[in-house]
Amino acid sequence: MRIGMIKSNLEVLRAGINTTYQDLGRSNLYQIGIPFSGAMDNRNYLLANNLVSNKKNTPVIEFAYQGPLLKLNGEKICLAITGNVNFNILKKNLKVEKGNCYQTYYLEDGDQIDILSTNKSVYGYLAVSGGFDVELFWNSSSTNTKAKIGANNGEKIKKGNLIQILKSQKIHQLKKLNYFNTKIEQIRIIKGTNYDYFSEDGKKIFLEKKFTVSKLTDRMGMRLEGPKIENVVDTNIRSEGLIKGVIQVPADGNPIIMLSDHGTIGGYPKIGVVISADYDKLVQFQPGSKIKFKEVSLFEAENLYKIYSMETQNILNQIS
Amino acid sequence: MIKNISNLGDAALYCDFGKEVNKEINSKVINYFKNIKKQNITGVTNIAPSYNKLIITFDLKLTNFEKIREVIKNIDLKTYDNNKNKLVKIPICCDDEFALDINRLETNLKSSKDQILKNFLNREYFCYMTGFIAGMPFLGDVNEKIRLKRLETPRVKVPKGSVGITEKFCNIYTFESPGGWNIIGNSPLKVFNKLNDKNPALVNPGDTVIFYKISKKEYENWNDQK
Repeated sequence: MRIGMIKSNLEVLRAGINTTYQDLGRSNLYQIGIPFSGAMDNRNYLLANNLVSNKKNTPVIEFAYQGPLLKLNGEKICLAITGNVNFNILKKNLKVEKGNCYQTYYLEDGDQIDILSTNKSVYGYLAVSGGFDVELFWNSSSTNTKAKIGANNGEKIKKGNLIQILKSQKIHQLKKLNYFNTKIEQIRIIKGTNYDYFSEDGKKIFLEKKFTVSKLTDRMGMRLEGPKIENVVDTNIRSEGLIKGVIQVPADGNPIIMLSDHGTIGGYPKIGVVISADYDKLVQFQPGSKIKFKEVSLFEAENLYKIYSMETQNILNQIS
Repeated sequence: MIKNISNLGDAALYCDFGKEVNKEINSKVINYFKNIKKQNITGVTNIAPSYNKLIITFDLKLTNFEKIREVIKNIDLKTYDNNKNKLVKIPICCDDEFALDINRLETNLKSSKDQILKNFLNREYFCYMTGFIAGMPFLGDVNEKIRLKRLETPRVKVPKGSVGITEKFCNIYTFESPGGWNIIGNSPLKVFNKLNDKNPALVNPGDTVIFYKISKKEYENWNDQK
């Protein structure tokens, strides 16, 4: 801990459902079984840090569904929340102010922030100017609860934790951004390396039917339910590497999409891979919502990613 | 050599070394892995070797499939000597409380525990790959007499340290995790150590592993306790 630079902390009065520290993630560790991790929704992560004038690899708090209730002890801080999130600022004088995403707020000693829920989405982000004082593992603070690595000793943030805040060197003006998370109708994919393992009907079902996001969905993977995708070659392949976005179909015919904390090796056939441009939107699909896939070419996917990145940059540029 | 290169999504290269799984093909995969790693190719974010495939991920902001494919196709392959590969001796206790599937192995293989262990222990296993969960080594090849399919219904929780067999491979569960391998014992050794910054995985692709038996007492008194 950098004593002297820390003048305030956030006391966790309620942890929320799946509250972790995340940043841009860690690379070059697949060969020992460590996935990228990092913030699930990269755009909202970048916006959160940018709003409070942090560098883009500063750790933030990611929460899912219900977020934490936090109380500030110490010097005033500046914070921002991104995503589609309902939250309140509870002032020390008992005044309750309804919070807006993509807007910065000051919190003073004794004030609380109550992150009630994400609205029609899964993940939201809390960034504090200066960042949190957390340890790095292989150049990233991202918490991977499965390998027990990253900030907070690889554990979720718990009730009673004191989150230390590094003092920001900058003077902050309050900022506000006009941005709304839009939904997309379809998740675009590229055919996977085992696409031909599936029957003609199976392929048709995959590209034409809707699938429901199951409750068995977390940072590791998203399980889908719906019409079964029939395999006519082999329901297993020799175990091989996986990447985020890969859609595997095990013997039961229900697809599973690999997400940021995925196991790095798997033995189910790969029917498709979600394109990079649609990953941030994909992770925000709540259990119970419907997903429809659409096939695109590699060329289209590369262009769509260029457009998506440019769009993100334009939004970031609006934050002055 | 690589038989085919294709794209896996828009941000990864999928190098296929064929269908077979053997030490020779896997050594080629690992040699490619080492060469690519050495070259520090712009935009490459991960290189994942497995039995007979190599997946290379890249940052789509910095490069693309076509560019990486050209680099890989024209890579000047050097052979790295295998001196860096090491022999790792791993203690396991095979008392019944740890050998969760010994009865299933005995029944299905029509063999005795002693015979099964004799066929399993004190033999050299080659590490084909590491992963699934952090540091988990995929080792082979196990003696033909003790090859068995995975459990029909996988366990929700396989205890940390468990040593499992499936078909011609064996592995070590470095963390408590779901899994369907036939558990034959448990090792007190720390096979994955996150505090070892440079080399957290004890067993890496290309290494050789030997399992040797220890008593319950030795297990309990192991210094490297979990």
